[in-house]
Amino acid sequence: MKVLVPIKRVIDYNVKVRVKADNSDVDLANVKMAINPFCEIAVEEAVRLKEAGAATEIIAISIGDKSCQEQLRTALALGADRAIQINTDEKLDSLHVAKLLQKVVEEEQPQLVILGKQSIDSDNNQTGQMLAALTGLPQGTFASEVKIDGDKVNVTREVDGGLQTVALNLPAIVTTDLRLNEPRYASLPNIMKAKRKPLDVKEASEFGLDLTPRTTLLKVTPPAERQAGIVVETVDELVEKLKNEAKVIA
Amino acid sequence: MSILIYVEHDNNELKADTLKTVSAAQAIGGDINLLVAGHNCAAVVEQAKNVSGVSKVLVADNAAYANQLAENVSLLVTELAADYNVIMATALTTGKNFMPRVAALLDVAQISDIIGVESADTFVRPIYAGNAIATVQSLDSKKVITVRATAFDAVATDGNADVVNLSQATDAGTSSHVNDEFTESERPDLGAANVVISGGRGMQNGDNFKLLEGIADKLGAAIGASRAAVDAGFVPNDMQVGQTGKIVAPDLYIAVGISGAIQHLAGMKDSKIIVAINKDAEAPIFQVADYGIVADLFDVLPELENKL
Ligand SMILES: Cc1cc2nc3c(=O)[nH]c(=O)nc-3n(C[C@H](O)[C@H](O)[C@H](O)COP(=O)(O)OP(=O)(O)OC[C@H]3O[C@@H](n4cnc5c(N)ncnc54)[C@H](O)[C@@H]3O)c2cc1C
Ligand SMILES: Nc1ncnc2c1ncn2[C@@H]1O[C@H](COP(=O)(O)O)[C@@H](O)[C@H]1O
Repeated sequence: MKVLVPIKRVIDYNVKVRVKADNSDVDLANVKMAINPFCEIAVEEAVRLKEAGAATEIIAISIGDKSCQEQLRTALALGADRAIQINTDEKLDSLHVAKLLQKVVEEEQPQLVILGKQSIDSDNNQTGQMLAALTGLPQGTFASEVKIDGDKVNVTREVDGGLQTVALNLPAIVTTDLRLNEPRYASLPNIMKAKRKPLDVKEASEFGLDLTPRTTLLKVTPPAERQAGIVVETVDELVEKLKNEAKVIA
Repeated sequence: MSILIYVEHDNNELKADTLKTVSAAQAIGGDINLLVAGHNCAAVVEQAKNVSGVSKVLVADNAAYANQLAENVSLLVTELAADYNVIMATALTTGKNFMPRVAALLDVAQISDIIGVESADTFVRPIYAGNAIATVQSLDSKKVITVRATAFDAVATDGNADVVNLSQATDAGTSSHVNDEFTESERPDLGAANVVISGGRGMQNGDNFKLLEGIADKLGAAIGASRAAVDAGFVPNDMQVGQTGKIVAPDLYIAVGISGAIQHLAGMKDSKIIVAINKDAEAPIFQVADYGIVADLFDVLPELENKL
């Protein structure tokens, strides 16, 4: 079973972004970048499926400019067998990312595609579901457990009320939630080995798709800042403030 | 302009957040219809009829929609979308699951999680865990939008919409429902409560969450948690508040033993009043708290319960 894992290069989750002074976007100059945490979990899940004998080959793919090769190398160090970069300097809508991935799915015919549930930059939470729709495949989003069962996969999903398990015919699309697994660290020998694993580069323009933007980012502003309030010394004081000053309790 | 809103429900109850999505639709303006897709969901239809500002409730009551599987619901909504300019759903797990499929089938981009409407094609939404706010214009003729309910006020429930029964029963046949493990709770929903009290890693174990329950009982509060508390297995996943959990904006949010990581703040910093109980005076949660107590939570919680 072949597994395709789309990964995105994003700002490191520990970094608090700043908005550019001209409000055109956030400022990513000299900011630490990393694999989107949900994509890291996707890679780990694929590696575990391979270790368990369920998967035979793992292909990591990223759509972006040359710098995303760094994250592809990380995925290779974590256990992916080969990588594909689809080169573009444009900031694509999730719809276009999904369309490019659809082409790769048609070419590679994976049995399983594991994506992150959400990019921590755009917070879109769209690409996996869109890819599933475009390929006509079933989806198990927000997965906290993935179990291959013959020609089906059982996916346990994190939903508002608790957990829901669905059975999907393979091939299928899965998107990861945080509790699916805890990603490993790449070992030094594996980082060295990853340098020699194949990484193919394709141009986004070669796929014959219309990638004209469907949205325009008009402006980006900082959120309303909350003012730090006061520190109270006693529980009595807290209760008094909540009753008489904030008036949020009776 | 005509707008179709997908109703969030569990076949029995209409989720109150739908009322807030209707108010987002009113900000766009136009004829608003609701869609109830489910099975044996007559009770939901009764509630949907009463939602103010709605002219029609479309009902697809069929076994194919019993568990609102994305594969099936997205086919239904895409078919109905032919008659509408805007398709909306609340950004809860059902809407987040199937709406991007609808967008892709309609060949349009989705605008996720809007918190404001500037005009019929321009919307405001948080990005980077709410550390930046984007204003986005949609260039597609049809709009597919999910709404962050906490950003809008609920509409009233004194309407009287017409009900139209649909005959659709699209089953994609590629997925099936196995089972649900839902957390039973007598408490209000996290999204609906006026008061939320959340525990973090500082609670040390699941048993200690009992210390929050007494207070929650007195305040009619819902109980939430940080991811660290959920990861450590203190409490179930549906209690997680944050960027990747639930978004809440109650009148009062009490954070107990929570440090205030940006991912947690993303889910609660629009609360009206924030209280932080933490023994570390440097914890970032104090930077957003209206009232903070620097103390051991195991001293504060029993005393707080007594004095309420
Ligand atoms: C992609 C991604 C998404 C994430 N999404 C979320 C999310 O949605 N929600 C979320 O919450 N987190 C999320 N996180 C995790 C987040 O980064 C933090 O790790 C997490 O919020 C920390 O939880 P905490 O504050 O309970 O734990 P800690 O940071 O460990 O803080 C515990 C606090 O308790 C205090 N404390 C300890 N003992 C006591 C005591 N006896 N009395 C008083 N105070 C005490 C300590 O001083 C400390 O401040 C996400 C992370 C990633 C990478
Ligand atoms: N540019 C990209 N390249 C590869 N994968 C991507 C890209 N953008 C999004 N994805 C995948 O889609 C998931 C969800 O992203 P999003 O819909 O943008 O929130 C991510 O976790 C990735 O797995």
